[in-house]
Amino acid sequence: MVAVQLNNLSKKYDKGKIVAVDSISFSVDKGELFGLIGPDGAGKTSIFRMLTTLLLPDGGSAVVDGYDAVKDYKAIRGRVGYMPGKFSLYQDLTVEENLNFFATVFGTTIRENYELVKDIYVQIEPFKTRRAGKLSGGMKQKLALCCALIHKPSVLFLDEPTTGVDAVSRKEFWEMLKRLKQQGITILVSTPYMDEATICDRIALIQSGKILSIDTPDAIVRSYEGSLFAIKSEGMYKLLNDLRSYENTLSCFAFGEYHHIAFRDKMKNYSEELLKYLENKGHKEVEMMPVIPTIEDCFIKLLKN
Amino acid sequence: MKQLFTFIKKEFFHVFRDRKTLLMLFGLPIVQIVLFGFALTNEVKNAKIVIADYSKDVTTKKIIDKIEASKYFEVEKSLKSHNEIEAAFREGKIKLAVIFPENFNEDLMHLNKAQMQVIADASDINTANTLTNYISSIVMDYQRELMQNVAISLSITPEIRMLYNPELKGEHIFIPGIMAMIMMLVCVMMTSISIVKEKELGTMEILLVSPFKPLMVIFAKFIPYLIISFFNITSILLLSVYALDLPIKGNIFLLYGEALLFIMTSLSIGLLISINAQSQQTAMFGSLMATMLPTLLLSGFMFPIENMPVPLQVISNVVPSKWFFQIVKAIMIKGAGFSAIWKETVILIGMTIFLMAVSLKKFKIRLE
Repeated sequence: MVAVQLNNLSKKYDKGKIVAVDSISFSVDKGELFGLIGPDGAGKTSIFRMLTTLLLPDGGSAVVDGYDAVKDYKAIRGRVGYMPGKFSLYQDLTVEENLNFFATVFGTTIRENYELVKDIYVQIEPFKTRRAGKLSGGMKQKLALCCALIHKPSVLFLDEPTTGVDAVSRKEFWEMLKRLKQQGITILVSTPYMDEATICDRIALIQSGKILSIDTPDAIVRSYEGSLFAIKSEGMYKLLNDLRSYENTLSCFAFGEYHHIAFRDKMKNYSEELLKYLENKGHKEVEMMPVIPTIEDCFIKLLKN
Repeated sequence: MKQLFTFIKKEFFHVFRDRKTLLMLFGLPIVQIVLFGFALTNEVKNAKIVIADYSKDVTTKKIIDKIEASKYFEVEKSLKSHNEIEAAFREGKIKLAVIFPENFNEDLMHLNKAQMQVIADASDINTANTLTNYISSIVMDYQRELMQNVAISLSITPEIRMLYNPELKGEHIFIPGIMAMIMMLVCVMMTSISIVKEKELGTMEILLVSPFKPLMVIFAKFIPYLIISFFNITSILLLSVYALDLPIKGNIFLLYGEALLFIMTSLSIGLLISINAQSQQTAMFGSLMATMLPTLLLSGFMFPIENMPVPLQVISNVVPSKWFFQIVKAIMIKGAGFSAIWKETVILIGMTIFLMAVSLKKFKIRLE
């Protein structure tokens, strides 16, 4: 069963001068946790807004839960849950009032669907008389998720739910998404953080409105051709510059405490030659080892092609 | 229905939890009424007046004595000619002139009635009014004393003339003016800001992606400000009747009915502004430009419309507060009924329908 289907969906701004979404097609199965991964400005929010009937596409079509996103917008509005990128609850209403309000607007009550939000709501329940504006970032996200879930949507759209949230809350948030998935809710989530991608069933890497690759996170990592090395030395900044000016380097970028480097010729082993090159440049305590590529490495590689 | 009720409740939370909004909604009308009220009703003391007594008999002497005894006047007795008196008025030397014609006492005794003339400088309406009232009551007082001794009725008529501003425009009319201004402020600014706020916060996105009809959002926004506006009208009317002694001469239900109509007009303007504004500042600025300025300048509240250049007179016709101002003035001060204001009412209804239709047509059910 397909929950969300996009056919050559396009969106342009500024009278067609800026192409935000460039003829994108993919489909999401029912009960799937699907991730849209890409940097800011890649077109993630535009896709979400078209799917939630907030924007009209300039080309192509989309079907959400069996309904056309343009013609049957009313039907879609009743059955999807949407959490916009910005924190979008009433700051001057308390946690409980916010949840109550959204439950009523969606024609239901907290009690009716309490089971669905229980896991999340118990975490913020101690603060239920606190105004939403006074909550921490992580709490706000949990409350927003509760509000988006309270009417038991068939498809849940989460637009960058973890942006601006601390690492622990981010991890908790993704755990919650996994549990929701078990309840049979289709979840579309977007994020600029590549490390979160691995939790999704399938991901689409997108950049400048185009899909670079779409597969399971494992398959995307496996499809990485050639070998990847992590290098570190005393002077990391000089090292980065030197590695980039090395003639056989395909790409090199900072990754945590190491630099990741990929070479032009996938089959050849440049290790020895590179170490000598770095020694000549005056680098000391150079450490180099092969690493398994991450989604981020794949993304950068896809960008280079 | 329950959805709508919850929504309205939420709107009230927004209003009551923001102190600044609260102050503006409920404090402003009271402050304005009190400020305007006391600026216009200050007591007049030691006003310079001229008494020209061409009769010089017992009666005029007694009346003049009474006037002189009053602490309100500083009397100059002289037989000035009409031209001299007018010159004194023009130079601002005197505020009032009392003229007794010849044979005042004889007229009173033989014809049982006599006339005296009271001329006031009505460019300062309030002072003119107060002073002529003082004189009239002194004369009335004297008349009553006379009647105690004589069986037949004697009447002295002070014939009052207001110089420069015979119709006394400006008197009390600040109340209808303030009513129009406050309705505009509350309804236009508050509705537009509260709708734009939802856009700014992103809550509008969620509301749109819900089964809640966009029309209901507008409706739910209207109700709280409608109620608050009614509360404000009531407080303005109470203040004007009890604190400023300005009675409501016409039908109070008619007044409230017309106020309801004007509130609807204002709410539609607010809605129209909110549809075009993207930030709260834009909405606020737009509301001020669209309502406060025209209400102050072009409604006839501060400056008489007939004194304006013709182009401005034409423009003033599209200012809704001009019509509301005329309606309230007619009901409150002149005590007019619906037949006297039906034309203004029809114009306001037309404006409201037009504004409402445009905003509903332009209201976006999507983000663009």
